[in-house]
Amino acid sequence: MSERDATRTLILIRRSPYGSSLARAAIETGLALAAFDQPCNLLFVGDGVLQLLPGQDPGPVGLRNLGKLLQSLPLYDIEHVYVDNASAQRYGVAEDDLPLQVDMLSTADVQKLLSEHDQLLGF
Amino acid sequence: MLFALLVTSTPFSGQGAATAARFAHTLIEQGHELSSVFFLDAGVENGAANAVCPQDESDILGLWIELAEQHQVELTLCIASALRHGMLDEAEAERYERAATVHPAFSIGGLGQLVDANAKADRVITFGGQG
Repeated sequence: MSERDATRTLILIRRSPYGSSLARAAIETGLALAAFDQPCNLLFVGDGVLQLLPGQDPGPVGLRNLGKLLQSLPLYDIEHVYVDNASAQRYGVAEDDLPLQVDMLSTADVQKLLSEHDQLLGF
Repeated sequence: MLFALLVTSTPFSGQGAATAARFAHTLIEQGHELSSVFFLDAGVENGAANAVCPQDESDILGLWIELAEQHQVELTLCIASALRHGMLDEAEAERYERAATVHPAFSIGGLGQLVDANAKADRVITFGGQG
């Protein structure tokens, strides 16, 4: 295969934090890409924005805290965390409440973001 | 074009896995290359060696085995997902003193193999779970 620039990957996150094990699988895939020095961004959309809510306490349902894992993202080399603004509004997720730094995107910006990446991994 | 697939669908809950397996065969028929299929989350159940399929339904396991045996496609089950779902190959079965449950056409590996396939392929296509 010919040399080319590093593959830019966008992880599309559509699952609510404790409704599907794919929520954690998506974040872990992003962390694995970052650990192998692959440029990687995350986009939370639809039910996925619920992962960003502060004050998660999944102990009573016997699951690990996904919110805490997300708070640790700045320690890894995930470049950007994007949030679909329309989804955030629908679920009443306010940017000021979020536990980590995100970029809110309009629908047009989301479309642009999708086209700017080489690979999309959808969860 | 060089493709890789990511499968998170179980073989019989919905159409995702069957569509992935047929898509994989069609890619090859059309002259594309398929390097690998990575099975993550509940998708690892596609590797179940003892799945018995009713005769009037499509044999998804058979489609996967054919890809590995006739077209040298790497079929990898994510190790963290595989252990949770009771999918053990010979090595893991020995380690945990259980019976092996994964068909030998599949191997068990880490997310690093998905990262590698993602970096090399022109396209990675995800076949998602339901719900």
